[in-house]
Amino acid sequence: MSSPLQQFEQFEQRIHNALDNPQVRKNFRHAMSGLMGKRALSFPDADELSELRTQDRLIRANALLKLPQLLEKLEANLIANGIQVHWAENAEQANNIALDILQSHDAKTVVKGKSMVSEEVEMNHFLEQHDVTVTESDLGEFIIQLAGEAPSHIVMPAVHKNRKEIARLFHEKFPHIPYTEDVDQLTLSARQIMRERFEQADAGITGVNFMVAETGTLCLVENEGNGRMCSTVPPLHIAITGIEKVVEKLSDVPPLLSILARSATGQLITTYFNMISSPRKEGEKDGPKEVHLILLDNGRSHVRMDEELLETLRCIRCGACMNHCPVYVQVGGHAYGTVYPGPIGTVLEPQLLGLDKIGALTSACTMCGACAEVCPVRIPLPKLINRLRSEAVEGKHGVSGLRGQGSLRKNKESVIWNFWQWLYSSPAIYGLFLKLATRLRFLTPPWLGPWTRYRTAPKPAAKSLHDMVASEGFDNE
Amino acid sequence: MMKIPDNIYFYGTCLVDLLYPKAGMAAMELIKAAGVNVIFPKQQSCCGQPAFNSGYRSEALKVARSQLACFPKNIPIVVPSGSCGGMIRHHWPELFAGEADEKQAQEVAARVFELTEFLVDILKIKLEDLGEPVKVAVHTSCSARREMGVADKIQSLLAQLDKVEILEQQNKAECCGFGGTFSVKQGDISGAMVTDKSNAIAATGADLLVGQDCGCLMNIGGALEKNGHPQGVMHIAEFLKERIGE
Amino acid sequence: MNSARENILTRLRQKNITDSGEVPLFVPSYNWSGEEKIEKFSQHIQAVHAEVHRCNKQNWLKTLATVCKEKELSRLLLSLQTEIGKEVQTNPIESIELLQYEQNAEQWKQDFFSDITAGLTTTKGAIAETGSVMLWPTVQEPRLISLVPPIHIAILDAENLYDTFAQAVQEQGWVDEMPTNALLISGPSKTADIEQVLAYGVHGPKELVVIIRD
Repeated sequence: MSSPLQQFEQFEQRIHNALDNPQVRKNFRHAMSGLMGKRALSFPDADELSELRTQDRLIRANALLKLPQLLEKLEANLIANGIQVHWAENAEQANNIALDILQSHDAKTVVKGKSMVSEEVEMNHFLEQHDVTVTESDLGEFIIQLAGEAPSHIVMPAVHKNRKEIARLFHEKFPHIPYTEDVDQLTLSARQIMRERFEQADAGITGVNFMVAETGTLCLVENEGNGRMCSTVPPLHIAITGIEKVVEKLSDVPPLLSILARSATGQLITTYFNMISSPRKEGEKDGPKEVHLILLDNGRSHVRMDEELLETLRCIRCGACMNHCPVYVQVGGHAYGTVYPGPIGTVLEPQLLGLDKIGALTSACTMCGACAEVCPVRIPLPKLINRLRSEAVEGKHGVSGLRGQGSLRKNKESVIWNFWQWLYSSPAIYGLFLKLATRLRFLTPPWLGPWTRYRTAPKPAAKSLHDMVASEGFDNE
Repeated sequence: MMKIPDNIYFYGTCLVDLLYPKAGMAAMELIKAAGVNVIFPKQQSCCGQPAFNSGYRSEALKVARSQLACFPKNIPIVVPSGSCGGMIRHHWPELFAGEADEKQAQEVAARVFELTEFLVDILKIKLEDLGEPVKVAVHTSCSARREMGVADKIQSLLAQLDKVEILEQQNKAECCGFGGTFSVKQGDISGAMVTDKSNAIAATGADLLVGQDCGCLMNIGGALEKNGHPQGVMHIAEFLKERIGE
Repeated sequence: MNSARENILTRLRQKNITDSGEVPLFVPSYNWSGEEKIEKFSQHIQAVHAEVHRCNKQNWLKTLATVCKEKELSRLLLSLQTEIGKEVQTNPIESIELLQYEQNAEQWKQDFFSDITAGLTTTKGAIAETGSVMLWPTVQEPRLISLVPPIHIAILDAENLYDTFAQAVQEQGWVDEMPTNALLISGPSKTADIEQVLAYGVHGPKELVVIIRD
């Protein structure tokens, strides 16, 4: 059982692995620059963007405020529409529900649309252990499934790989297909491979982007068509998502859709926007005969207990925050070691898993604010990170649904801050410190740990500003 | 817009006090030369940001509280730093929330100006460039840019200097990697960031880097020096003073 | 023992909730003219490699015939029960075999997936702002017609072109009864998962042809 403080070492190890890999860093720099540029181009009017962000913040905040009623309304309407609804408090329950549904239909092969929630509960792994074959159908997910890796970004799961790496992977796993680095050829191969799997799968599993309480509708965005394949071709469709993804009204959807694709990839809109309100109806000739929705809690209801921290749940999973994060671009998604990386991961994961498990993520942030500047639903990410830092070292048990408060407090550190506070809150002591520091500046060591690895060391001035002011004739109150 | 005040408080910041006092001095002199009486509260030390950003809010509060006594008169407070200015203006209300002196802190926070904002918007300072032609790169700190919204102020000050050419570095809005204690806590990520930033600045071929925040300047300046780049760094206050020949 | 549902809802109800509060309706409008809408729609959807053809309700079959010829189509899947389907049936296109979606999908999946080159559907309208057609598949026009065949031909009547999605949803009264599946289709299928380089024709149709009848 590792102590909470050991997570820092593990995090550091992952960071070092990332920083020591020039190819991955290059891939990320290239990808993130492109995404930032495309997003900027898709929002040419600053006032329009600001208005849209305000509206979307309102829509999501409204939904969170009314969450229990909306979930009940959603459930009632989904059921009236013929969609079956299941509730899961945690990963274990969610996976067992999915397995039960599959087993009751003798479903052995599954095609899967991209779903971060399914990654969260490690559904593929669980199903494989129970003799269900799962094929990821989104190209990015397909690639990392072949590589046996986890996604490194919530929208572009294979963003850490370049085409050479992908070409090698394809050729290794499908030796009968000639080696090619041509993107169109690789895409064609993926299409041909998946065609048969879509056609023959016993079930499709997808995520959900928004659920509409008013009409009992599940909304999915995608570009490839694999989401539609998974939710239309097999006789059984299972959708899984977090409880926070509900919106109150149908009219809430267009403003969210308007900002989602542009924030994520700079596209005006994704190729497909799929709104599902029932299984195959009488007389219809295609579509799944049964549609199931699994509503996952997994800590979200605890997040919602705190007035400030619940803002985390407004997230519509666009990925803009990590695209703009100057730390993420250096270390990439895998360094975080969590399902959700980047700024949103830094805020969400310690709340879901506990500060004692992954609170260290909050140290990987300079509070630059680039994330909050682009968040389509105005989540004040740096403010929430700061709050979590404070809970990690100062927090007392029992505040809201957080776990691990105070677990990252280090004796050495608290002694330092105590000393700092004593020094800086007394003008007399501070004045003395200034005198000593400036008079003894020649004693400043040229090496100052991590600082001097990359920079020369600063040195106190010969005279402090206090000194200079005293001799320069400024009012000195 | 406010009219030019008779008096202001100058809050140097702890970094300027110990490491870059000339920048603080230059700022005070610029303001004084415009006819404003500059008061330097003697008991000033630190806004509390280092502890606040490390999660040690009770220590931050004790230090911030000790600073309230610096500003008894209802006059503007000018700070030569977007980071410290942002801390007082935006985060003191958060830090003092629910405290007995919350109202006083809010009142102080509302009077804060970042230096370039004060020079441009309130003093409407007019500058005449008496220096030799020079090429500069400009770094606006993340807090100056996003918290205080003053990226355009330093640009507009430099635009008045006709022999100063501004060269723009790649990814200029990207964080330099300082982040206060981040530079020590996540030293290698910080190092990667400041290396990218200093390389980008060096690549412009500028003679000098000017900025609004000494923290960033210390960070980037140290990296420029370590990597053998010729560019030095200077706070905008010092640079302006030099250019107008005082 | 409480069910998961009860536990989750109980935790959610612990936080003080206000039931009141309405989100103001947000339907931005650009007041574009008919011609402007067609222009913007075409511009956006063509930028992502869709094809757009303009014609009118009198000569649209000629346009369809041209498209089929250019793409060397031999089999076209469509519904013969819609207005346009009936028109196509009474004015057959040379060397095109018309196929109806007669059986349930699972009965002819293999053929469907391999043999059909093109699917033809009506549309519920389109959106100019984003270059999207709207489809409400029906008993007559099942969902897979616009997904499985590598070419999707969509017939759009210009009077059903809206400025924005919000406008379409409001004016067409979607909230009154949502269909099994409502779709926005904004081009042929694509991906940028490999080095963010765009590649078309992934799992959905490789080509999208929109015939606008004015």
